[in-house]
Amino acid sequence: MLSNDNSPIQVIIYEGKGASPLADETRLAVLSQLLDKGFAVALAKEGGREISAPTLKGKQRLLVLGDFAGDAPSLEDASGQASIETVTVSGLSADEVLGRVEQFREGQPMNEPGKWKPWFPVIDYDRCTNCMQCLSFCLFDVYGVDTENRIQVQNNDNCKTNCPACSRVCPEVAIMFPKYSGGPINGDKVNTQDLEREKMKVDISSLLGGDIYASLRTRSEQAKSRFSKERSPDKALSERKKCLTKLQQDGMIPAEVLENLPSPEEILRRAAAAAAKADVALKAQTSAN
Amino acid sequence: MSEISPQSHRILYCRCAYANTVPQGVKDEVLQRLSDAGRPFEAVSDLCEMSASRDPRLKSIAEGSGCVRIAACYPRAVKWLFHAAGHPLPEQGIEVVNMRELSGEEAAALLLDGNIASSTSSHTSSHA
Repeated sequence: MLSNDNSPIQVIIYEGKGASPLADETRLAVLSQLLDKGFAVALAKEGGREISAPTLKGKQRLLVLGDFAGDAPSLEDASGQASIETVTVSGLSADEVLGRVEQFREGQPMNEPGKWKPWFPVIDYDRCTNCMQCLSFCLFDVYGVDTENRIQVQNNDNCKTNCPACSRVCPEVAIMFPKYSGGPINGDKVNTQDLEREKMKVDISSLLGGDIYASLRTRSEQAKSRFSKERSPDKALSERKKCLTKLQQDGMIPAEVLENLPSPEEILRRAAAAAAKADVALKAQTSAN
Repeated sequence: MSEISPQSHRILYCRCAYANTVPQGVKDEVLQRLSDAGRPFEAVSDLCEMSASRDPRLKSIAEGSGCVRIAACYPRAVKWLFHAAGHPLPEQGIEVVNMRELSGEEAAALLLDGNIASSTSSHTSSHA
């Protein structure tokens, strides 16, 4: 679970007055290792600009590393918002400096690379027309609307890693996944060719959205009919998986999405709920206009 | 379109550490050149992760004083990542250098010295 409720640690490498610059190799190794572990780092130099002080829920912890002449100076935040600790790193290797930082961290929870991939849709509101296609399409309740019935990403933790399917159904190419490999889904400029993907959008919608739901609904009704005893939910499930497997094979959705799909009945329920939510938002927009 | 003089701006470097979408060689070279340049800068592990967790530090980046050059990925993505976190970037004074498209040398030069606003490169953007 992502959280930054615990005040994050800010590391500052201080090379200003009263401290000698770190060796170039050491500074680079410390910077890259700290960043790769999830820390935010600032390099402060003599005469440099002030480092911005974040507004946090709790008290921020600042760790100032420097090759100080003599003992590390004692620093205090006049505003009382931050607790500051200074550590001299004279003669320490990058690994040893990292050890000092971890010591300072004292096991405080923080988000770390490798444990989670930040995969979630980012809406380009310069392009979005609030058509609600994404809300209607997503089965995982990622989208919702704000108090003004504007589409927004509400549950990004629900998003299926590496699945950019909703961006493919967006007629305005307004949905980005910045960690995606190719453009324009990764945020690259949108060109005319991208806008012509409307055709692809319809194809995918028919596979994942409208037609497949209609098909399931029909099959469900038929299954209840005395004339269609052979139309079992199992067959409907099989058909849905066949369609989705094709999408997966085409590289449009990851296997994990297939593995996490709910039952056909649940899909129908979710699709109906999403469509209803979108419908309410669209009607509210219309009445507001 | 506003222009940021080379020595007056803050520099923010995104490591893209959570997914390595930015080529490793490029981000390593940019970090090295920033580190060796003798100029102060700020660096974060991953702007996407910060946006996802609505990290309050984004607010200080977006609202901090002065102009900022951000070394990250596509400008459109960076702009809306900040917006998604509830801390939209100002219209003026923000320039994004795209490390997914530029070489490390090019990106570092733009961060440290270049006049991005007048650059003909399509891989950088000003929010002006």
